[in-house]
Amino acid sequence: MPNLLGIIVLLPLAGFLVLSIAGRHLKKWTAGLIGAGSIGISAILVIILGIWYIIGKASPATVYLWQWMSVADFMPDFAFHLDALSLVFIFVITFVGFLIHLYSVEYMHEDEDFSRFFAYMNLFIASMLILVLADNFLFLYVGWEGVGLCSFLLIGFWYKTNDNNAAARKAFIVTRVGDTSLAVGFFLLYWQFHTLNIQEIMTRIPEMWEAGMPVANVAAFLIVGGAVGKSAQLPLQTWLPDAMAGPTPVSALIHAATMVTAGVYLIARTHVVFIFSPAAALTVTIIGAATLLISGLSAITQYDIKKVLAYSPISQIGYMFLGLGVGAWSAAVFHFMIHAFFKALLFLSAGVVILALDHERDMFKMGGLRKKLPLTFWTFLAGSASLSALPLISSGFYSKDQILFYSLESTMGGFIFWLAGVVGAFITAIYTFRMVFITFFGDAKTEVRHLPRFTTKTILVILGILSIGAGCINMPGNIARFRVFSDFLSQTLPPPVTSATGKGMETMLESITGFLVLAGIYIAYVAIIRKSIHLKESRGLIKLIKKIWLYGFGFDYIYNEVLVKPMVALSRINKKDFVDRIYSWIAQFILWLNRKLALTQTGRLNWYVMGVAFGAIIILTLILTT
Amino acid sequence: MILFILILILIFGGILAWIAGSVNSLLSRWITVITVLACFFIVLGIWINKEAYSSENSGWIIEYTQYWIDRFGIQLHLALDGLSILLLELTFFLGLLAIFASWSQIKHRTGFFHLNLLWVLAGISGVFLSVDMFLFYFFWEVMLVPMYFLIGIWGFGGRIYAAYKFFIFTQLSGLLMFLAILTLYFIHAMQTGTYTFEYSELMNTALSKPLSILLFLGFLIAFFVKLPIVPFHSWLPESYTEAPTAGSIILSGILSKTAAYGLLRFAIPFFPKAVSIFAPYLMALGALTILYGAKLAFAQSNIKRLVAYTSVSHMGFIILGVFALNELAYQGVVMQIIAHGFGIGALFILTGALQEKNNTLNIEAYGGLWSKAPKMGGIGLILALALLGLPGMASFVAEFLTLIGAFQSNVLVTAFAVTGFIVSVIYALKLFQRIFYGEVKNNEKISDFNIREMLIIFPAIAVIFWLGLFPGTVFQTSEKPVLNILEYMKRPEAEMPPVHKKKPVVSYAEVITDKSEPEP
Repeated sequence: MPNLLGIIVLLPLAGFLVLSIAGRHLKKWTAGLIGAGSIGISAILVIILGIWYIIGKASPATVYLWQWMSVADFMPDFAFHLDALSLVFIFVITFVGFLIHLYSVEYMHEDEDFSRFFAYMNLFIASMLILVLADNFLFLYVGWEGVGLCSFLLIGFWYKTNDNNAAARKAFIVTRVGDTSLAVGFFLLYWQFHTLNIQEIMTRIPEMWEAGMPVANVAAFLIVGGAVGKSAQLPLQTWLPDAMAGPTPVSALIHAATMVTAGVYLIARTHVVFIFSPAAALTVTIIGAATLLISGLSAITQYDIKKVLAYSPISQIGYMFLGLGVGAWSAAVFHFMIHAFFKALLFLSAGVVILALDHERDMFKMGGLRKKLPLTFWTFLAGSASLSALPLISSGFYSKDQILFYSLESTMGGFIFWLAGVVGAFITAIYTFRMVFITFFGDAKTEVRHLPRFTTKTILVILGILSIGAGCINMPGNIARFRVFSDFLSQTLPPPVTSATGKGMETMLESITGFLVLAGIYIAYVAIIRKSIHLKESRGLIKLIKKIWLYGFGFDYIYNEVLVKPMVALSRINKKDFVDRIYSWIAQFILWLNRKLALTQTGRLNWYVMGVAFGAIIILTLILTT
Repeated sequence: MILFILILILIFGGILAWIAGSVNSLLSRWITVITVLACFFIVLGIWINKEAYSSENSGWIIEYTQYWIDRFGIQLHLALDGLSILLLELTFFLGLLAIFASWSQIKHRTGFFHLNLLWVLAGISGVFLSVDMFLFYFFWEVMLVPMYFLIGIWGFGGRIYAAYKFFIFTQLSGLLMFLAILTLYFIHAMQTGTYTFEYSELMNTALSKPLSILLFLGFLIAFFVKLPIVPFHSWLPESYTEAPTAGSIILSGILSKTAAYGLLRFAIPFFPKAVSIFAPYLMALGALTILYGAKLAFAQSNIKRLVAYTSVSHMGFIILGVFALNELAYQGVVMQIIAHGFGIGALFILTGALQEKNNTLNIEAYGGLWSKAPKMGGIGLILALALLGLPGMASFVAEFLTLIGAFQSNVLVTAFAVTGFIVSVIYALKLFQRIFYGEVKNNEKISDFNIREMLIIFPAIAVIFWLGLFPGTVFQTSEKPVLNILEYMKRPEAEMPPVHKKKPVVSYAEVITDKSEPEP
């Protein structure tokens, strides 16, 4: 049965090959069928595999394809590893991926490069599956770089605009910084364990390392470096807002639901390393807390609907990092899954809006869409409720609540982290409902030109149901003892270690969060609908703060001044390569010497005789004196 | 014998192609193709049946010895092992690419062109086969002359300057190597009383530390110039840019690899003492080359110059790996030699085609070519990805192995070198995006690759992917030679023997008159 994995990965890959080689000659419906159909079949197979795995209570399995290379004791294979963690990930990737592919058939229908789009999307799914299924780090790196490539190709899909290309380039280069850190991490792990097999390393770490050893710390920090690059966390988050230049389904699939959570997967997969490096775990917590606050604040000030939605996954992945840092791995993975549902839903609904308004992305030119696009309004509302963790009736509440709970109660957590998370929830509620109110309420400002068709509507409804209801598979302890999800994951990811005190506090913590979320929504309501807070005409300090938030706390500016400009200037100055000039000087010197010596060739005999005489005298003196 | 025939085929094929060229240029081209194909298949035959050939006692698969200049101990000693097989196959493969790439580009003096092309290949094959140091040096110099003509006659605008610069740099550095070889020859004679240029004999020469360092540097500079390594790279951009496409392919794809081969085959086993002293510094030099080459590549606006500098950057990996002195890094180096050969060869075909179709190499003149030439775009994308070492391609296997090997011997330098991963993305994306993405510039004349052009470039790309997924093809063949080299490196230090009783023969005249000396 686990051998199905081979087919699951092969199908998208085959789709990519067919579409990229023969795509130009295919009709659009054929290309769409191959593109979406291959993912659809993969999704069905994943579900079959999942049912078999859960019902049969199967144990983790490895599917061996072939040996990649064998040099000395370095023998990585092409092999897949199936366990609860990878099963959750491949389910989300293929299932949400399929819905987004299906949606794209309609969304991209007018595009001349229709088949190229699906080729890249299929390659992305294949790479992402490899990333989460690989049984060794080298194979994982294939997927890791593959998704980076697809992200680059899809951000720059409309390649004739230079801004898109710059965004694509930026995404590739910034994430590559993280990738490089990760590669060094692999070198280090190989140096220690003489293998790159993930399971083997994880079982051998307790035998060979002690907690807090320098080598454990360095390895963990290098892994974090890779994770923050791909998952757009501080300080490498700058590429993600720009990445919105790609088509909206791409943003939904790659930059919200799947690829950006690769870092979460990586840390969850290598969680043993973090058990042995409390310092790195603490860093992950701090990164998560800081990122969720900073990007939440940035989201409040954005005009472009996709920019709001871009800062929002950064912030939500910040929550996942917070969970990972305090050791609540399964809670982080749970939030990943729920987040994939509601963030895909939000992006796809926003895509409907953007398409309806003829590629208008400025929220302040929207408005009043509640009546024109009623279904989209409701699904968008469902997504928003889940994103802002509306108490009890949204999935997001259940997943986020767990992270918040453990950020306080875990032995590795602390009050300050919980506070950051709760304040973050408050901010999330504000920016989410600011977006909802601006877009769907008030007066209509732009005419609606394109209405969603039946398939699109179905997709939105499916995701809407999941955004509201999927949270119930993992209830907090005080509401119901129903924890299917974390029980399922517990064979791979151990539950967090909690201090004994927190048992009774759960209800109180939930109430605080719930209250703050509602308060946030109310503030957004007051500001946008009632228009009683006028920040638009603000001056002085508030204006400055708004500007800082709008430009994502100036990271881009700093990187540009400190890294990009000096590097470009340096290479411009040395375009002609100073080393070459040194050789030219040598050549010129010899030419000069040649000219000077040539001057002695005067043709006058008396000069020559003098020369001979002088030479003879010098030689004679030398001989006589020695 | 077959090894000697291999070289003779190339030499006589060249003469035949020259003669045919005066009758019909097409005939000349086909003769060249058949000649190289014949060589390719001969070596392929040996490769497939290498178990049948391999002799037990020596490490060589095939060996051929014939006296040449008896009294100086110079032999026509050719030998072949797995490493030579790989490099020969690379040579003939890229040789074929070079011929096909110049099919429509070289229109005058085609006969003479193919003579030079085949003779360069003959020289290079000789380098990969010689185990007599004199013979090695002979081929090392022989390959320069036809290369000089290839650049100087069929090159572009600045070809004369480029050809001079190429010749002077390589000739001077070759001279240093020759001095080192001769010194080794005489020292060996003083120690054993036998005058010989034989590889396996000279290897056992015991050298004092200063002398070992000095001779090592002589070899090193020759190899560094040819690879090239910063700061000896300055001949490269002119030569690579001004040479015709065929010349660029041969220069970057195989000629530079003779130096990598020389390092592995000769420099490391001959001077283990010096190597162990210098290894960390040379690894650092490799890292510097990776970054400096990348930085220069990024600054260029001429497409071919950009590609040329990426080659410098990639050669840095070879030095990094060679002086990491372990099996992982060595297999990485072997893979890098091959991966870089195919990658850069295909890249020069692409740039050659661009230049032919659009008459300019200025990157600013290009833009949005994807919409006009999607096939070229796809090829360009794949090659750019090979350049930046995307997993799944041969270059990734090469770089990853080199780095993971280097990490075992020097963490600090490797951490520095690994940033090459980042800078390579920057130049590779610049190359690809500026040409194929962006606003559509004036390029009506450009037509997409036709079937012929696709057929030329496709095999190279297939190899890049094949070796990325099944690198064992190469590693199985190169494993034994690589282990041998490492063993030579680690062999117990030869005792400095007392100077041979019978002779301190130094004078040239005595060497000539001494009949008793050379032994069969």
